[in-house]
Amino acid sequence: MRTIAIAIAILGTSLGALAQEGELDAMRGHVPLLEERTPEPLYNVENNDLRRIRAYPMQPPTIPHKIDNYQVDLNANRCMSCHSRQRVGDTQAPMISVTHYMDRDGNFLAELSPRRYFCNQCHVPQTDAPLAVENRFVDVAEILRQRRETQE
Amino acid sequence: MIKRIKTLFSVFWRVFHSPSGYFSLGFLTVGGFIGGVLFWGGFNTAMEATNTERFCISCHEMRANVYEEIQPTIHFTNRSGVRAVCSDCHVPHDWTDKIARKMQASKEVWGKIFGTINTREKFLEHRLEMASREWRRFEANDSLECRNCHDEGAMDFTRQSSRAAAAHRRGLIDGDATCITCHKGIAHELPDMAGVEGWE
Repeated sequence: MRTIAIAIAILGTSLGALAQEGELDAMRGHVPLLEERTPEPLYNVENNDLRRIRAYPMQPPTIPHKIDNYQVDLNANRCMSCHSRQRVGDTQAPMISVTHYMDRDGNFLAELSPRRYFCNQCHVPQTDAPLAVENRFVDVAEILRQRRETQE
Repeated sequence: MIKRIKTLFSVFWRVFHSPSGYFSLGFLTVGGFIGGVLFWGGFNTAMEATNTERFCISCHEMRANVYEEIQPTIHFTNRSGVRAVCSDCHVPHDWTDKIARKMQASKEVWGKIFGTINTREKFLEHRLEMASREWRRFEANDSLECRNCHDEGAMDFTRQSSRAAAAHRRGLIDGDATCITCHKGIAHELPDMAGVEGWE
């Protein structure tokens, strides 16, 4: 009798937790786990080929074009078929920076360094999706300008 | 029994040898015409059957490899619902060229029987060889199968992204590139591209 009561209690709390989890999961948009939610619309990928400025000097530049189904794996690197040193003459794409030809000891290699091979680890295309969280980032140039203004 | 077969055969041979002695000219003409139509229709139907997607993916070599790979690409799934099936790109639409390609394809039957690519490993091992063959074919016929749908004369460059428009003007109009020169691996995964021109 006691075991049954304990079992029911455990089941009750876990079910409650399950339901609560479904409520709290913001990624699913507050839809219970057992219900299927209507997916968000897909947003358009920026494809205007215009370079964005970098938010800070070391920022990896964003990709101003679509990269749907670009193959980057052991066999082929679609990005490098335009952006590699040898290819930019034909394609007029910006060449990847010299740091991508350096290994971690600073030696220059003939080819793209293996640690830089997967472009999407740093470079990403942009979409017109609304911001999911507020962004309070301020460009350092803007901070300096404000500083100058207050000092004057 | 044997005698009866022999007589039957000699009668058949006599008629077959000079049918005009037994049948009227009209019957032979009309009969020949109808027979011709039936033969031609049958031949063409059979050949068209080998051009369907169902036929191609009836072999696991195609279904498990290249058919799987085309599914996320634009030629299989897209907003307007136009789909290119295997033969749209891999078989010329022109009759003479189609027959020539079908004869070449008889070697693929050999490969099927002897299991040249019957596992994923074997398939990947042969992938560069097979892909190179298709690239050569497209280079040679100026990407004819692409152009069956994508005609550069009908392309509105102003509706393309500026990058695409510039590349097409440079390669396709002013240069001597053909579609496959740049658009390799557009419908299937690429083999190891080390050493392939344009993929340094």
